[in-house]
Amino acid sequence: MPNAAIKSTAYCLNHTPELGFHYGTTPYLERHDKPDSRFLADLPRFIQSYGDAARYAPNLAYIGAMTIGQLEKQPRPWHSNLADAPTRFGKYGEIMPEDEFLGLLDICDVFDLVWLETGFAESVREKLLVHPVLDAEVLKRLKAGRAAADIGGEIANKGALPLFFAGEVVGCCRRAHEVDETLASHVILENLACKAGSVLALLHLLKKAGMGPGEVDFLVECSEEAVGDMNQRGGGNLAKSIAEIAGCVNASGLDVRAFCAAPVNALITGASLVASGARRNVVVLAGGALPKLFMNSRDHVKKEHPALECCLGNFAVLLTPDDGTAPVIRLDALGKHSVGAGASPQAVTTALVWDPLQKAGLDFADVDKYAAELQIPEITLPAGAGDVPEANAKMIAALAVMKGQLERAAIADFVASHGLVGFAHTQGHIPSGVPFLGHAVDAIAAGHMKRAMIIGKGSLFLARMTGLSDGASFLVEASAGGQAGSLTRDEVKTVLLDALADLADSLRNAE
Amino acid sequence: MDLENQQRIMDAAGKYGAENVVVVLGSADPEGAGLYAETVTAGDPTFAGPLAGVPLGLPVYHVFEEEIKAETDQCVWDEQVAMMEMVLDTSALAKSVAEMRDQHSRSKL
Repeated sequence: MPNAAIKSTAYCLNHTPELGFHYGTTPYLERHDKPDSRFLADLPRFIQSYGDAARYAPNLAYIGAMTIGQLEKQPRPWHSNLADAPTRFGKYGEIMPEDEFLGLLDICDVFDLVWLETGFAESVREKLLVHPVLDAEVLKRLKAGRAAADIGGEIANKGALPLFFAGEVVGCCRRAHEVDETLASHVILENLACKAGSVLALLHLLKKAGMGPGEVDFLVECSEEAVGDMNQRGGGNLAKSIAEIAGCVNASGLDVRAFCAAPVNALITGASLVASGARRNVVVLAGGALPKLFMNSRDHVKKEHPALECCLGNFAVLLTPDDGTAPVIRLDALGKHSVGAGASPQAVTTALVWDPLQKAGLDFADVDKYAAELQIPEITLPAGAGDVPEANAKMIAALAVMKGQLERAAIADFVASHGLVGFAHTQGHIPSGVPFLGHAVDAIAAGHMKRAMIIGKGSLFLARMTGLSDGASFLVEASAGGQAGSLTRDEVKTVLLDALADLADSLRNAE
Repeated sequence: MDLENQQRIMDAAGKYGAENVVVVLGSADPEGAGLYAETVTAGDPTFAGPLAGVPLGLPVYHVFEEEIKAETDQCVWDEQVAMMEMVLDTSALAKSVAEMRDQHSRSKL
């Protein structure tokens, strides 16, 4: 069966604490219910600054400024053992500051919904002029800005949401309709933030791959936002809107939704399109989830723990035909959590790990690293959700014990060697295995790793349409030679004629 | 405990009588298990849900506690629960739930 190659990967963070403080669901609801609450008053004290976020080891691992091995050796807690100096750019992407991200929001708005104050817009333009991946074509979309009084009027009278930087109102996001709730200002802001994150990751991906935007054939977008209006609330194709901003004039796209299982499902979809020959250069990507910023901050503040959920996460992966050089997604051994598989962790792990191993004829130990739900443990532990990646590795190890492939006493060793530390923000779809893909591809290409399994799980029940959850998984490993290694009809004919000639010679010699 | 689940438990206790309802928890985190157990015995400690100030006093157990395991078909246990029994800190979970049960439950199995 043909596979698809992972040609390049990009990972970025957008440090957006003020968007989070005002529009993350947890503080937003608190402000709605109890505007004078102690939690809201205390939260700003616990928010990580840009300087600290750019020195925070999990963030550096996410953007490729630190290897997983280095992250594992970093003393904990990571939030109080920061790197000596901030790092904005890593080999996979960057940590973008909030003012520049607001500029990117404006760039991604094609309906005059984001208004930045004139002076702020100008200051952002100056910064973005020297940005390594935003070229003149992209930058010309940044609007000149509006007078502060006009912005104030939109906020006071027309339902626009204020946008803040350094505590000051520097712009607003307007509603796109007076009545339609799916075009309300907060929905537009969430969708634009998601789109902008994807655009940034896509531009980094193209630069890293040395590919022009016109060479992209198709995009598969896999975030958790619904774009549409009240007649088609999730109408979709955010993918194409992202392609437009990045200048991918020859591309179209589609959106895949499956909660946190979407990225893995989208990668399988994209790889299938490439392997079948239906599409050539496919980008799978997603921006972040603004509502999830500071999602667990109530527990963080209560425990006087840093509120670390201040970054939107995003990624982009370039899939191309298997040419025998880049690592591949194996399409012959996919994991699928089917409707009838059962809901217990045991049933889910069997469907997502054991079944694909069986299909590939592999043992548990044949996979160097299992990447599932890579949330930063320092965020989830104070909120009572445990160390999620470690729990996943333990479940896989326990299943290996049940299948007779591991001694029970060796569970801890298996977790240490085949599991991963979490380094992704609690952005729903973002942590679901995919952040490891960049590190895995590099390690496989360098010969340091044989294969990894990427596992996505999604809480479908949150939409109240089913009580089920979802999951999907795939193996990444070195190419076995690729489609380029297969023989043409003429080449086969030549080989056969050579073999027959050899046979004739040997018969003649035998006489 | 989310508000819908609080309502479901409150409705079940009202319909069948508190003495005829047993709550079995599957929480993976001891602290969370303790909070759930407190909610169905002493009332919602966050005062956010329907069980705020409603001490149902239900008998509450974690699925890993011996009283529940002994009642479970071994095949079902092996198929559904045994893997997680190897993964989680079962004694910490049981202890956390038992503390709330001992303090606030009006009946036990």
